[in-house]
Amino acid sequence: MAAVANMPVSDLLKSFKLKTKQQELLIRVSILCLVYILAFITRLFSVLRYESMIHEFDPYFNYRTTLYLTQNGFYDFWNWFDYESWYPLGRIVGGTLYPGLMVTAALIYRILHFLRFAVHIREVCVLTAPFFASNTTLVAYFFGKEIWDTGAGLVAAILIAVCPGYISRSVAGSYDNEGVAIFALLFTFYLFVKAVNTGSLAWSLASAFGYFYMVSAWGGYVFIINLIPLYVLVLLITGRYSMRLYVAYNCMYVLGMLLAMQIRFVGFQHVQSGEHMAAMGVFFLMQVFYFLDWVKHMLSDTKLFQAFLRITVTCAVAVGTIALGLGMLSGYISPWTGRFYSLLDPTYAKDHIPIIASVSEHQPTAWSSFMFDFHILLFLFPAGLYFCFKRLSDATIFIVMYGLTSMYFAGVMVRLILVATPAVCLISAIAVSATVKNLTVLLRSKNKGVQTGSTKGSSSSKASSKALLDQSQPFQKNGAIALLFGAFYLLSKYATHCTWVTSEAYSSPSIVLAARGAHGSRVIFDDYREAYFWLRQNTPPDAKVMSWWDYGYQITAMGNRTVIVDNNTWNNTHIATVGRAMSSYEDEAIEIMRSLDVDYVLVVFGGVTGYSSDDINKFLWMVRIGGGVFPVIKEPDYLVNGEYRVDKGAAPKMLNCLMYKLCYYRFGEMLTEYGKPPGYDRARGVEIGNKDIKLEHLEEAFTTSNWIVRIYKVKPPNNRW
Amino acid sequence: MAISRYVLLVVFTIAMLASTAMSDPILTKVDRHVENPGPLIMSEVLLAFPELQAKNLAYLMASSHETKGKPKGSVVSLPIKAVNLDERPSAVTFYSVLLPKEVAAGESFTLDVLAVFTHALRPVPEHITQVDIQLVLYRDSVYYLSPYEVKVQSLTVKLPDSKIESYTKLESTKVHGSEIKYGPYENLPPFSLSPITFHFESNLPFAVAQELVREIEISHWGNVQVTEHYKLIHGGAKSKGEFSRRDFQARPNDRGASAFSFLVAHLPARARSVYYRDLIGNISTSHLRVDSRKTELMVEPRYPMLGGWRTAFTIGYGLPLQDFLYESEENRFLNMTFGSPMIELVIDTLIVKVVLPEGSSGILAAAPFPIKQWQETKISHLDIGGRPVVVLEKTNVVPEHNQYFQVYYKFSGLSMLREPLMLISGFLLFFAACIGYMHADTSISKSSASYLAKQQWEEVQVLIQKVQNVINRCLAMHDNLEASLRDLSRTGDVQACKAARKSADGLLKELSKEMKPLLTSLQAYSSAAQILPKVEELVAKERELQEKVMLKHSTAVEGYERKSGARDIDHRVALLQQKITALKQEVDDLLQFIDDI
Repeated sequence: MAAVANMPVSDLLKSFKLKTKQQELLIRVSILCLVYILAFITRLFSVLRYESMIHEFDPYFNYRTTLYLTQNGFYDFWNWFDYESWYPLGRIVGGTLYPGLMVTAALIYRILHFLRFAVHIREVCVLTAPFFASNTTLVAYFFGKEIWDTGAGLVAAILIAVCPGYISRSVAGSYDNEGVAIFALLFTFYLFVKAVNTGSLAWSLASAFGYFYMVSAWGGYVFIINLIPLYVLVLLITGRYSMRLYVAYNCMYVLGMLLAMQIRFVGFQHVQSGEHMAAMGVFFLMQVFYFLDWVKHMLSDTKLFQAFLRITVTCAVAVGTIALGLGMLSGYISPWTGRFYSLLDPTYAKDHIPIIASVSEHQPTAWSSFMFDFHILLFLFPAGLYFCFKRLSDATIFIVMYGLTSMYFAGVMVRLILVATPAVCLISAIAVSATVKNLTVLLRSKNKGVQTGSTKGSSSSKASSKALLDQSQPFQKNGAIALLFGAFYLLSKYATHCTWVTSEAYSSPSIVLAARGAHGSRVIFDDYREAYFWLRQNTPPDAKVMSWWDYGYQITAMGNRTVIVDNNTWNNTHIATVGRAMSSYEDEAIEIMRSLDVDYVLVVFGGVTGYSSDDINKFLWMVRIGGGVFPVIKEPDYLVNGEYRVDKGAAPKMLNCLMYKLCYYRFGEMLTEYGKPPGYDRARGVEIGNKDIKLEHLEEAFTTSNWIVRIYKVKPPNNRW
Repeated sequence: MAISRYVLLVVFTIAMLASTAMSDPILTKVDRHVENPGPLIMSEVLLAFPELQAKNLAYLMASSHETKGKPKGSVVSLPIKAVNLDERPSAVTFYSVLLPKEVAAGESFTLDVLAVFTHALRPVPEHITQVDIQLVLYRDSVYYLSPYEVKVQSLTVKLPDSKIESYTKLESTKVHGSEIKYGPYENLPPFSLSPITFHFESNLPFAVAQELVREIEISHWGNVQVTEHYKLIHGGAKSKGEFSRRDFQARPNDRGASAFSFLVAHLPARARSVYYRDLIGNISTSHLRVDSRKTELMVEPRYPMLGGWRTAFTIGYGLPLQDFLYESEENRFLNMTFGSPMIELVIDTLIVKVVLPEGSSGILAAAPFPIKQWQETKISHLDIGGRPVVVLEKTNVVPEHNQYFQVYYKFSGLSMLREPLMLISGFLLFFAACIGYMHADTSISKSSASYLAKQQWEEVQVLIQKVQNVINRCLAMHDNLEASLRDLSRTGDVQACKAARKSADGLLKELSKEMKPLLTSLQAYSSAAQILPKVEELVAKERELQEKVMLKHSTAVEGYERKSGARDIDHRVALLQQKITALKQEVDDLLQFIDDI
């Protein structure tokens, strides 16, 4: 019966029989489509677990500006002076941000509305990062195809689609610059490599535009503008200079530079800042190379050419050095910024810029987080490097350099794992693809032999062919099968690990906290939004809120109130002033607060819930940053024998500073845990040292239900008659 | 109309429920016993309210008291209209109630009047701390303001609590717990007034929605989506000083007693996909209780509402269309309640927007009380011109306004298909554009070397495809021959087998003829130089295979004709068979190779 039914089907298949190439194309396209969808939906955990909301800190600023852009139009956005932050200084928003992300989201929003899909801008913002992650998988495919083959491209697309290192910054709701910037970064690299491989002006023009998009999206463009010259330099040194390279680099650099200058935040940095000088140096070097090539072509005498070469190179280097020196001395070329230094030297920030060092994502990376974010890619990466070196070409040299440099930066700063992820995925993909290909080639050659023997040959020929195969490759087939299974096992482990990490670690919006209750039920702490919404509804619209800078963006975006400092840490002194107020005694602090027109003070306190990233745990950074500008504040005053404590043994200054008082006001009466004395701080596991806190100039205005956010009102000065 | 002409004897019993479960409104229930002493027949009764009260009057209903035997639900309200009287001072507002039957001289008639006032309770003191209790002040007149002479009148004031700070003491005042009774008073002249005030404790929630926008969107695919945007304020005494969470958590009953922390919305039965959120996201503190008769949603604002605090939120739910929409052919009407599902809420401004599907016409809205209405359009998913929206606006809305209103419109069922068709045609266009792009030649220079080479290569590929076709047909022929051999061994029909060979032979010859021009034209292309040797090899191998198959066939047939044994034939054919297998393999490989290019 089944055979009868199968007959017409097989006939049908025969008539529709696709050529091998078409079959391959079909499989490839369907795999790519599936990967595209997978990359999108694996990032939706946060929406399913929580809701469609913006995550963390910076995305709230991006969301607020996008909202402004869609409501007021591009020119208003470009000229926006924001009075609501950095009171009383304000912030020129249009000139101090990378507009790529907002413009992209606004454009998607406009297009959807043009097509009559009446979506809310928030949904667009929430889904921008997953959408671009999906696009990145496509770019990874094409990049892999360019540097190795289609197989490697496919594997790269799959690896990058679920790689936790990338997912950490591109889950739904993580509406941050990195979301589109990684796409732009990889796209620019891909286009540049394509340009180098083909020598085509069109591709290098495209890469210039890709670079422009990258510059408009993220400050990480500095990585591109330094990596590409470095790559070109390496090619020059290894004698791989070619006309293709000349065309690709010059077009990309000149046009990319001109385009990048259109971004107000970047401006003339390409010709004025030390970080961009390497690109310019290589540009001039390239011209010298071209000139020399031409002279070599004209001169037939090698001796004469050698002499000429020596003179020209010396002159070029001397002129370059003098120009650079003069530029530096005259101040035309700015020296490297602290951020750049801290990238090259992991210890720099700790000693010189506490504000950079205070951010947890700027810490040097621990080994565990490499393992967490890369999993098997960490082992595949060196294997991929081996394959790259085995088949050295312009493209593989690029990916090797990209991989190695970004791995170094990933080691310096946790957040730069993100930049390394595409390179790691691509190189690992080469390893996987090359290995699997070799193994399957072995298997296939053998299978064919066996097949012919068993189906068509008579018994004698079957035996002979089998003997022949066994003779030439003993145990190879079994070995290959075992290795293949091993590879698939590893890859499936990778897939499960990635899904687990995404669902457990990277899908929390961090604005809503979730914990397991006593009966295993999920408890939600929505205190942040409770407080911000209270601020929005129940304070005067022009109220100024002082808090540590971490919460600045959220207060302006969700609370719609003016803040003193926010996450755009452009003015260290201002932040230090807030740090100083927080670490002074109340009557000293009130002077500072009055001078800043502060109406409300907001602190985050985890003592009741055991939430550890609260202001008491961040307090030492406030002291350090405050002390960096105002020497009145001294870190040792807050420590006891170099130890930071909040219990009875704490330093007296600590027990009476504003931050301590605001966090622990009336906490001494509170029973937090059964069997513990009142005033037991669950975040630090100690009983607090000062239970009798009186406030003189401030009063409790609002405390959220789990005490995570506490807001105090600055009382007006007392009547003097 | 002149009132003074009538000498009306009215007996009043006023029961006043000062803010029962309500937040702010005052309910006044008046039983009026109207007697017409003549000489005229009376058909309407005038109700008078002082300006102070008239401003706060939210709802007024009069019903005949005669329906005593009937169940309570079937009270028929009498038509009421506002009237302007020239002769009386403007400080008094009149409403006239049309009586169901004319009251002749000497007859009497009993009338129930229900009036609801909002914002009549004033918190005194206006600002309280968290520790203080909330006190409110109410002013009224002990005599019911009436244009008629009043025979007997008494007043009962019901306060929410027996804790009364102060009240106006008159000679005939009796206090029973939370009830204060005045009267009875007899033979009062028209428009007699005597102010009284009550100052009492009230910790009932004073939830006031300053604005409520209800959007009711009808989808003929089976859903009525209701979205309600609330702007809420605690209308009681404003809180001042500290708000201590510690005190509020430890002793909620006497620290922040006037605060309210939740509201209950009574949604219609079968409400689904209920949500509760605000501007910055979902609010997780809500509970939904569902049973077969009703859906009860308890919403908790993000923070407890202390006096003067504000909040804003949105609740939304879907309702099954068939419960609310009635239709006959193209005429349809929606029948829904007007007010908010939260029954403890006073609404200052209520805007109800009914969004009808795109393409509706003949829109008409009807409500049981006077409201302002106009029309707008709203652009939503996949709309071209936008959906018609009926907007109804009413100020001072109390739960008594939760009555049904109707929106009548015409809508053709075919219009429902518009949006799916639009989507389908959109995708169709997209795919057509893709196909068009794939087939279009977008190269700029038609004479460039690379373009020509590409074109040539395509031609070569077409030729190779043809060659492959021919070879495949040849191979199919071989299979036929093999099959005929198998038939032979089964049936022994030598003639049929020979015929098969003959026809195969002819066809194969034709095919080789077909092959020749293909090969020669392939030779003409320079770009085919690489692949040509392989193709030629393929053709040669195929020919060899063909010969061998023929040979095998003839040998086998011959053997049959000679009646030699099967074993003998097998033996003779075996060598040939081996060669054929090898050749077939080679041909397959070559085909595969050419295919891969």
